[in-house]
Formats: sequence, C-alpha cells, structure tokens
Amino acid sequence: MTAQEIHNKIQEKFPDTIIEFNDSVLQPFIKLTANQFNEVCQFLRDTDGLDFDALMNLSGVDYGEELGTVYHLYSMQHRHKIVLKVNVTRENAEIPTVADLWRTADWHEREVFDLYGINFTNHPDMRRILLPDDWEGYPLRKDYVQPEVYNGITIAHPDMKGDSDEEK
Amino acid sequence: MKKSNIPESQFELQVPDSLKTEEMTLSMGPQHPSTHGVLQVILKTDGEIITSAKPQIGYLHRCFEKHAENITWHQVIPFTDRLDYIASMNNNLGYVIGLERMMNLEVNERAEHLRVVVSELNRIASHLIALGTYGLDIGAYTPFLYVFRDREKILDLFEEICGARLLYNYIWVGGVAYDAPDGWREKVLEFCDYFDPKVKEYNDILTFNKIFIERTANVGVIPAEVGINYGVSGPSLRGSGVDFDLRRDDPYSIYDRFDFNVITGKGEMGTVGDTWDRYWVRVAEMVESVKIIRQALENLPEGDAKETVPRNIKVPAGEYYMRTETPRGELGFYIISDGSKMPNRVKVRSPAFCNLSVLPAVAPGVMIADLVAIIGSLDIVLGEVDR
Repeated sequence: MTAQEIHNKIQEKFPDTIIEFNDSVLQPFIKLTANQFNEVCQFLRDTDGLDFDALMNLSGVDYGEELGTVYHLYSMQHRHKIVLKVNVTRENAEIPTVADLWRTADWHEREVFDLYGINFTNHPDMRRILLPDDWEGYPLRKDYVQPEVYNGITIAHPDMKGDSDEEK
Repeated sequence: MKKSNIPESQFELQVPDSLKTEEMTLSMGPQHPSTHGVLQVILKTDGEIITSAKPQIGYLHRCFEKHAENITWHQVIPFTDRLDYIASMNNNLGYVIGLERMMNLEVNERAEHLRVVVSELNRIASHLIALGTYGLDIGAYTPFLYVFRDREKILDLFEEICGARLLYNYIWVGGVAYDAPDGWREKVLEFCDYFDPKVKEYNDILTFNKIFIERTANVGVIPAEVGINYGVSGPSLRGSGVDFDLRRDDPYSIYDRFDFNVITGKGEMGTVGDTWDRYWVRVAEMVESVKIIRQALENLPEGDAKETVPRNIKVPAGEYYMRTETPRGELGFYIISDGSKMPNRVKVRSPAFCNLSVLPAVAPGVMIADLVAIIGSLDIVLGEVDR
C-alpha cells in the first residue's frame, strides 16, 4: 500500500487528527496530533490491509521551537512502511504511549524520556534508562548545558566548559 | 493471539501458595562473566526459578548521539565503529549508505564489491565470537579456542586492507578508504577454502554435542509474534522461524545480485525459537556468508575504489531512516540533515537494544543457569545497547 493510500485510510477514520502529509520527501510522513495518537496506532496495527506489526524505530527530535517523536512503522506481511510524527511544545511535552501496542516502544520511549524529557502518558514504567536516575536535565535537547559537577565529581572537560551547542 | 496486546503480566510465573518459598532478589552483573559486558539483570527468584528479570543498562553509555551532533558528517564514521565493536564494518556500512541515499550518490562498482566482502567477513568474525562465547557460557571451553583461531585469520585480512584489526573506519561515503592490496583477493579466497571444512569441526565439537543440546534445546523459546512485537531482529528473530532478512527483503548496496539462502530456525532439537535454534542460525549463516564472498570476489571489477569519494560531503536538508542487516539484526540510522556541515540528529536503532528488551518476557519460569543460556543466545554487545 502506498503512503497516499495509508493517509487516506487514516483520514477516513480519524478526520481531525492529521496535521500534515508529505509525499514528496524520500520517506513520506504523516504528522498527527497527540490526543488521538494511540487510537490511530491501534487502527494502523489491527486493520486488515495495513497490518503494521513492527515498530522499526522510535526517535525523539528537538526541532528548536518544539520537541517531537518520530515513529517508523513496517508491516512484515505487506512489506510497506510509513513514518508518523507527533510534535509537542517544550512546556507541555506529553504524548500517549504506544508501548501497549508494540513492546519495542517500551524501552525506546524510556530512552526518549531520558534524553529529551518527553513524557509518555500511560507508559507502564516511565523512568530513565541510560542515564543515572538522579541526572539533571535532558542531554539531547539543543539548549542543554553540560553540568560541571555530578554528585561532587567534576565531569566537565576544560575545553567544553559552559559551552552550549550553538556557541561551538 | 496475533492482534491481542501482550501484557507483561502474562509472563509472570504463578506459583501455588502451598509451594511458595521466600522470594529472593539477586543482582546479576554488571561485572559478571556471562553477561557479555556491563549488563546488570535484577532477578527475583523463587528458589532457583526466576519469577522476573529486569535488565539495567546504561553502564557503557558514551553519548554517541550527542557527539554526532557536534562533529562533521565524516567524523561520525569512526564513532559508529565503537557501537558494535565486533562488527564495525557493518556499522560503517549502515551509516554511510544512509548518507549516500540522502545525497543521491552513485558508488564505484569495485568499492561496492569490496564493501560486501568486508561486511560478510565481519559477519563471520562476529558469529564466530557469538559461537565461542556461547560455548563458554554453557561451560564448553574448547570451542572458544577453535573459533578464535579462525577469527584471527579474518582480522589479519582486515589488517592488511585497512591497517586496523577491530575499529576499521574503512567504509567511507562514496567508496572505501583504501583499495585492496595486490594479492588480497586470492588470500580471501584461500580463507574461504580454509573455512568451509571448519564449520563441520564446530558442529562436531559443539553444535551436535549431546550436553550442549541438553542445555540449549527447549530453553528460552521466543514465539514469532512476541519476537516481532518486541522488535527482535536478525538471527534471533530468524531463530523463531521468521523468514526475514534485510539483505534480501529490503536490499541495499548490491546484495540483490547474490544468491544466498535465508536461514530460519526449524526446531530440529526441540521447539522453534529456542536457544539452540538461534545458535544454529548463526552457524548456518556463516556458510551463506562464505557463498556471498565467493560470488562478490568472482565478479570483482577492476578500477579505482576511491573514484567516487567526494572531497566535501554536502548532505541536502532532509531525513532518512536507513536500516541494514548486521550480525545482530536490524541496525537503523535515523539521520536528519539541515544542510549544514554537521548532522542535526543521528539516532541509532540498535538491534542488541531491542533483542535484549525481550528478556523480561522469556526469563520468568526458567532456572538461573538457563538465563545465562538465553542471554548468550541473544548475542548482545553492550557497546551497542548503551551507545
């Protein structure tokens, strides 16, 4: 099924949820609102003909003004792909979880929470995964400033002191 | 079953009250000989039976993704070496092909063939380590020496072509870093002739060893739909009987020109998807890799392998998710470019990360000794889990 057909199916079932559809890039994507996201994913996974049974990748992105999460879906049966995007504001970074649909999302969502600070609502175990539990800040955000001290241990390298990403 | 949600609680072992003994919490790792690196697993056990296993990862986190945003496109390649440090060629390849597709760059034919040869050699080297260390986990010391003897020969070939034995930085955007030296092709063919009979040796000493089969068959069964749902990929998924290999089903480089079989687990020694099946897929895949190497070397064209390497890498603004088949499974690079000289975002979808995440689902109900067999059969590399 082509991206256009997948888009039409979602449009038909959830008319208010699609913000943008772009078919002219290398990998077509559909940008969705956060509020109905879990329902849309369930629809994509369980509808005959769509059958997206595999979540290839789940990635957080910092777009500057907004934060976002990108989902790459794949159907083992029909061998088709689609990219979903959900954007949220920095102040209110909350997206419904899809860990109940694809277990792959469980650890990936924890990783996005860990590094971007996006909170996935209804996730069974929302805590940091790669960094220590008492780490402060979300390192992959573009405005992250590296701390100089962690638990009394100096961690900043002299060359990197206090620089944010933009200054380098 | 197919379309139902898979709750974690389904895998909790139910013990009748009359039998209940005291629950014990054990920490396995992060310094443990059979966790293949700095992996910690928090176990809850009832006697010797595991009721829950929670992996704790992050001990080897080196901020690859943050680093990648602060260096140029080409400087990222040596960092990818250090993700899955026993299959570095395959890591290079995934990232580089992703960039080439974004740049719409054609690659020299000779370079393409060399890439396939080194990737498949690296796959053999990586599977050899998987076999050897798996034997160690189970308690067989000798096979470990056999496989390291043969892996050494592959590392010598790599040393000759790029000067490095482990972290190669060999595959570059548009081609490869060095052309193959004179006589290298013959040496690889010689290695193929040497290697073919060795697989029988491994089978005699480990694969069909009665004690080994008793330890691994019917242990840690991952049903196909559970595997797909957890994002398990590569030999670990094929062990569950799923006939899926990105080299054939989502082809990249020039893999579509070669004739090879995709190996799947058939449950020959027990149940489909048990640890023996996953082990067996790796053994049989090495034979297929040798087949691919022979075909690629047969048609190795003359020419300059560095012909298409661009002086400056200009990646147009856009994004791409590139996935390739590494020895561990589907390695994905999600690359975002804003047109500048540095990546805006490089996300690594790590196969070992996803393969490990299935552990809480298969561990409950097994003995602690079998957990070692399960972790070994998933063939994780912590450098890639933690990135």
